[in-house]
Formats: sequence, structure tokens, C-alpha cells
Amino acid sequence: MLIFVFRRAVLALLVCVTVLVVSFALTRLSGDLAASIAGPNATAEDVAIIRKNYGLDRPLTRQFADWAEAAASGDLGRSYLYHAPVAGLIRVRLPVTLTLGVSGLAIALAAAIPLGILAAMREGSAIDRGIMLVALLGQAMPSFWLGLTLIIWFGLNLQWLPISGIESWRGYILPAIVLAFSAIPALMRLTRAGMVDALSADYIRTARAKGLSRSKIVLKHALRNAAMPVVSIAAVQLGFMLGGSIVIETVFALPGIGYLAWESISKNDFPVVQAVVMILALFYIGLTLLADLMNAVLDPRLRAS
Amino acid sequence: MTPVLEVENLRVDFSGRTAAVRGVSLQVQRGETHCLVGESGCGKSVSALAVMGLLARGAVREADVLRFQDTDLTRLNERGMARLRGDKMAMIFQEPMTSLNPAYTIGSQMAEVFERHRGAGRRAALDRAAELLGRVGITAPGLRLGQFPHQLSGGLRQRVMIAMALMCDPELLIADEPTTALDVTVQAQILRLLQALQRELGLSLLLITHDLGIVARMADRVSVMYAGEVVESATAEALFAAPTHPYTRGLLACIPVPGTVRRDQPLGSIPGTVPRIAPGFSGCGFRDRCTHARPACAETIALRGAAPGHLYRCVLPADWT
Amino acid sequence: MIPGFERHEVAGVLKLRHLATAFGGLIVGVVLLVGIFAPLLAPHDPFAQDLMHRVVPPAWMGGSPANWLGTDQLGRDYLSRLIYGARISMLIGILTVVTSGTIGITLGVLGGFFGGRMDDVVMFVITCRLSIPLILVALTVVALLGSSLTLVILTLGLLLWDRFAVVARTTTMQVRNLDYIAAARASGASLAHILLREVLPNILSHLLVVATLEMALAILLEATLSFLGLGVPSPLPSWGLMIAEGKDYMFFSPWVIMVPGAALFVLVLGINLLGDGLRDLLQAERV
Repeated sequence: MLIFVFRRAVLALLVCVTVLVVSFALTRLSGDLAASIAGPNATAEDVAIIRKNYGLDRPLTRQFADWAEAAASGDLGRSYLYHAPVAGLIRVRLPVTLTLGVSGLAIALAAAIPLGILAAMREGSAIDRGIMLVALLGQAMPSFWLGLTLIIWFGLNLQWLPISGIESWRGYILPAIVLAFSAIPALMRLTRAGMVDALSADYIRTARAKGLSRSKIVLKHALRNAAMPVVSIAAVQLGFMLGGSIVIETVFALPGIGYLAWESISKNDFPVVQAVVMILALFYIGLTLLADLMNAVLDPRLRAS
Repeated sequence: MTPVLEVENLRVDFSGRTAAVRGVSLQVQRGETHCLVGESGCGKSVSALAVMGLLARGAVREADVLRFQDTDLTRLNERGMARLRGDKMAMIFQEPMTSLNPAYTIGSQMAEVFERHRGAGRRAALDRAAELLGRVGITAPGLRLGQFPHQLSGGLRQRVMIAMALMCDPELLIADEPTTALDVTVQAQILRLLQALQRELGLSLLLITHDLGIVARMADRVSVMYAGEVVESATAEALFAAPTHPYTRGLLACIPVPGTVRRDQPLGSIPGTVPRIAPGFSGCGFRDRCTHARPACAETIALRGAAPGHLYRCVLPADWT
Repeated sequence: MIPGFERHEVAGVLKLRHLATAFGGLIVGVVLLVGIFAPLLAPHDPFAQDLMHRVVPPAWMGGSPANWLGTDQLGRDYLSRLIYGARISMLIGILTVVTSGTIGITLGVLGGFFGGRMDDVVMFVITCRLSIPLILVALTVVALLGSSLTLVILTLGLLLWDRFAVVARTTTMQVRNLDYIAAARASGASLAHILLREVLPNILSHLLVVATLEMALAILLEATLSFLGLGVPSPLPSWGLMIAEGKDYMFFSPWVIMVPGAALFVLVLGINLLGDGLRDLLQAERV
């Protein structure tokens, strides 16, 4: 078991490093960084000065090494745009995105799992087909369009919920719902498939033969076995949501990492881009690792091997 | 004396597509081992599941009489059946490998039956489980309680299944081919165990099998099934001494007996295969493979007596050759 | 199968599924045709601005029949832009899938067939790819290299190959051990022949299902990128871009975002229905 964890961790680390190197190379390869920082009206001299000041004249490997070293001690550089430490920017915005992601996942699980279980128990019936239809529709809906539509509807017609900003916790509701929408179809299908398999297993027949109650059979015996893939997918979905937050935060004007990412990318604020890529990649990789570990914990058969 | 289980004219069909059981009647007396024997596909497992009420959705079950002790099973809803199952009526299955939930310990799975039907607490249930594990011949029961199914061998798992079935001291144990998936040596152990338990606990056993050897060894009474119906029913001795139905005779002729089989003599066999019966089929299901078939075989045939307590379903007289 | 526990399919369910798949195919077919014949179908030039008639509502909401779906903030005919947008979406979908499919299938087949070191490398590459947030990378690339249709297609094509690779790898591993592969080897067939003529045809159907899903994803991603301003550049009539451009007016003229959004939704739905239907067909065959 320990070996398994160790191997996965090492792999995760390798992947992380690769991602960082590649993203670093990408930002540097896009042409003359100094020129784009200087702007269109700069003279050649200005550009040269900027290049010197930002250390852009040194070899790439040197630049990366410096960046990595600074990053390890928490210094992620300074934003070209905000003229403030990147680490500070991230620290302020990260909680917003995390809140959004976690609430989105919570809503998604609260909706998808019961519906998936219901669809599996009534497999082949009209309810099952209806639920699967909902999954299909959710999959096809562009999240930003859904967000805008909800904004129009709530903003114009209903006026209950705020449509932008996070002055109150209510500001998270609409964005979290939209985020959940993107994860619900996959989670629902997976729960349903897992439950259908579990319910047709021999040990369910045994449980019935023992006279256990319906709820016990479904919730204790079937769900436990069906839950394993769902748990790991949920972790992965959270990762997707962090990526999806880029769109959602932009639509709802939430000051989170996603919005920061979009902003810094469109405005070529490279230190921020580099840092955001690193943070998001770390989360992604971490979540996948977590998912694998949870799988191992939940399935006693995996633990032994 | 009221039989523990009384079944008369049990019929099961699946969504109008297959008539899996076309008329099974049998009785299991207290303390008796009744073997239901037949080839795969004859409907014996389905009959057992039907008695327990474990058929899938889409299966239709009907019976003239389906009684467990004094309870009419046809009148019980799912809740009522669930109360009986695991408590007074228990069932064990063929595949011990997959019949236990891989995610929970042996102890947990055994305890929940006792907790459910006796309202006992976890501690009491686990003590009872340990006691029963010892009863079925498993050493170090305390250790086993904490283990997971995949840590046990097939034979051990089947013993656990038996112990689990006995948790609430059932009156009737239905065993659906309990030894088929096990090694030959383990088979013998399990059968011995079942016999011992029966003697000690006064258990009534409905044993389903395709193996006549097991029948010879275990059965007090035998019902032979073919294509969804019981074609012969007698005590074990009577069945082996005077098999009456052509199918039963064919089956017994298939068994090579050391000393009586000569070289250059073909082994007995019954040509053809078991048919799939569609609804609306009437008459004897064996007629396409029977050397003595005649037009009357296409009509519904009632059970007749070959001797007291020995019934068979055929148009031929009991002493035909 | 345990007797009595077979799952019995009601005949009606099967028919509904066929209907849904056909419906999906119809949608995709219609959009494809619209895209191909856009110049013939569009009533106006999608790029022609008419600043005298900006943000005109659709004909049934008080507009004029000249612009059936109204006009956008620069007076361009919405219907024409919608039609040409179909062209862009289909182009993106098909070309991206071709690119990503080629990359993914090659990687997957190589890893699945040869196993060992090659497979380790392939798995590592796949894991790397799965560890990066798609939108982030796509955004970054486009921001750095400038937005253009070609670049978007290339970027998405170079990013969306992971599912192809995973499915190709798994199915190749299943097929690798079957008898006809051994027979081909035994009769001295070349590696290329085995891979192209024995392995590939047998995993193709699964890959087709993946292709439809990836196509839908590509179209959605492009729309998202364009919406964020980092996809297809203005003035191209990408549906996503149209939504972005209409965002400022959406409270007064909601159709500006409803129309292209609905078009996206319907197209992606159609592709998914088609893909699901294909997958069900596959499973039915196997059983």
C-alpha cells in the first residue's frame, strides 16, 4: 500500500515538473516578451531596458531555475499589470474559486447521486429515460450560455439572487449551479451505471435472500460497490471545475483565480500566468492522486495488492 | 403432519417469453432432505427462487398452493416475504465466490441478518456468528469475522454462506447447487456438514442439484424435473430401485457403474438437448427425445402413481420396458 | 446469467433510442449542409455592416422581414451570421477531430500493441495531458500566438486527443491477444499491415463513438474560447463570439445571445445523440 502511494506521488511530481517546464517554455517562446511589455509605442532602447530589468536577457534555463527557486520559497514574482506580488493576488482570490468549486461539486453530487440511484433502480422505465434525458441536455449546454441565460432571467425577471459579485454568500448560488450543471451528467451516468452493475450482482441476491430491507440493500450493499468510481470521478470533476471557473467567474464577475487567469492571459501578464498554471496544475494533479488513493481505501481488494 | 413446505402446480414465466416452470409440485416434510434434480435449464433454480420470492421484475409466479408451514406465500407482499427470508426460510447459492459482498467483512454480513430479524445488537450478533462459524467447522472464527470474502477459499466461503443462512435458526434451508462450483474433495465435506447440521438442528433441506450421486447420498425424497415440470417424484430408494419415467431411466443409465459397465459397450446417453419451452406448450417436454413417444404425449399429462408415494408423469404404464 | 434475473428490455425502449439517434443524425446532417451551402443560403453578407440598422429585433418581435433574425450591434444580419457560424462550428468540429484522432489513435495503438516501455511512455504522456486544465492551456496558447481559426483548430487538435488515446489503447490491448492477430503474425505479415489492416478496423467502431463526443467537445470549447475573446477572431461569425459581442445588449435584446446559444445547444445535443446511439448499437452487437 505504501509502495503504491509512493509510486503515484513520484509520478505526480514528474508530471508536475513537466507541466511547469512546458508552460514556462510556452510563455517565453511567444516572441519578444520585453517588446510586448513595453507596448507598441516603445523605442528599441525602452525595450532593451525592460529586457534587462526583467531579466529576460538571460538564458532560458537560468530564468526557469530562478523562477523555480523563488517559487519554492513563496515568491511568485510580481504582476506586470497590478505591480503587486503575484502570491498576494493568488492568496486573495484562491478562497473564492475554492468556495465556488466545492459548492458546485456539492450541488452536483447532491443532484446526481440520488438521481443516478433512482434511474438504476427503475432501470428501463420512463423515469430512467427522463433522468438520462436531463443528463443529455446538461451535457450539450454551453456553460457560459447557461450562465448568461440565468443572469437575464434572475436579473431581469426574478430579482432574487445577485447576478454578479460576492457581497453576500448569495452571490455564489447561481455560479455554483452553473458549474454543477457541467458535472452532473457525467456523475449521474456513472452512478447509474455503477448501481445497475451492483444491483445485478450475486451478493445482492444474497442480501435479498437474507430478508434485508430495500433501503439497506440499495444503500448499504449496492451503493458501496457502485461508489468507488464515482468518488474518483468526483475528485476529477472538481479539477474540471477549477478549469471551468475561468469561464464562470468571467461571466459572473467573481474575483477568483479563474478570472485572474483570464485577465492575465489576455493581457500577457506572464508572471501571473505562470503562477496560475502552476496552482491549477498542482490542484489537478493533487486531485487525481487523491482520487486514486480513495479508490484504494474503498476497495479492500486493491489494498491487498 | 403439516409439511414444512408445500408446493402445488407452481408456474413461472418471464415476460410472456419463456415458460420456465410449468407445473412443479412437491412437499418437504420436517427434518427431511428433499432433492430437486434435473439438468441445467430445467427450471429447478427458478422454482427455488420462486418459492423464496426472489424472482426478478418481469417474472410472473402462480401456484395452486404455495405454503410454508401455515403461511400462504402467495398472499404475502414483498415486506412479508422479507420478514420470512433469512429468518425462517434461508437459501444458499451456487457461487460462493460472488455471493458475498466484497466490500464488507464476513462478520458484518453475518451479523446484519441477526440484527435485522432479532433486533439484536452488534455484539450479540457477532457472538452468534462466531458460534455458527465454529458449528460449520471453521477454525479461529474470531479471526474470520474480521476478514473479507476475497481472503477466503471457495470451500470456506460456502461454509460461511451456510453459517450465515443458519444465523436465525431457519426451519427450511434451500440449497441451490451448493457444491457445484467447488472441488470434489470440498464437495464431500460440505455435504457431510449439511447432513450433520440437519441431524443436530432438525433442519428441513430442499437440495437442488444435477448430480445423481449427491441425490443418492443425501436425499430422503427426490423430485426429478425436466423442461419446467416434475416428471417423477419418489423416495430415494424407490427412485433408484424402480425408475419409471423414461427420462429418469435414461439419466440413471448414463451413470457408469464400475463393475457393471463392459468395454466396447457404449455409455448410456439421451440423444438431443433440453428444449426451451414457449408459453402455450402443452404435453410432455421430453417427447422429442423419447424413444416411446406417441401422439397422446402432446396432451397435458397428469401425475400418476407407480406405487404408494411414487408419482410419475407419463402416458406409459409403470412397468413399461 | 442467473435464471430469473435477466434484464428484460421492453420493445418500446429500443425504438425510442433509434428515434433519438436518427434525430441526432438529422440535426448534424442539417447543420453540415447549412455550413456547406452557406453562401447559397445566407440572405446577406455576414460581414456587411449597416450602422443605420443596429440591434434590430427579429421579424416576429417587431423587426423587419429584411432581417429575419434581426441584426447585431454593427447592423450585420443575424441569420446570415448564424448560417456562416454553422460553417465555422462544423469546420472546427471535423478538423479538430481529424487532428486529435490521428494523434490519439497513433499513440494509443502503439502503446496498446507493444506494451512495455512504449506503453509506459504513452501512459506518461496521457497522464501529463490529463493533468493540465484544458481551457487554461488553450487560452494561453491563443493569447501568445494570436487568435485565428487555424490556430484554434490546431490548438484544440493538439489537446483533445486523450480520450482517443485511452480508448485506442484499451481496445488494442483487447484485440492484440486474439487469434487472428497471431495468425497474421504467423503468416509473416508486416507490422504496418497488422496494425492497419487487422487491428484498426476492429477498434474503429469504438473510436467512432469517441470521435462524436470529441467533436461536440471541440465545438463547445471553441465557443467558450471565442466567448472569452481568445478563440476565433472578430469579425468571423463564430457562435461563441456572437454571444460575447451580444453580452452588452443582452438585457434589452436577449435574442442576441439566445439565438446563437440555442444553435450551439442544438448542434451539440445532436452530436451527442448520434454518439450515444452509435455506442448503444455497438453494445447491442457485442451481446
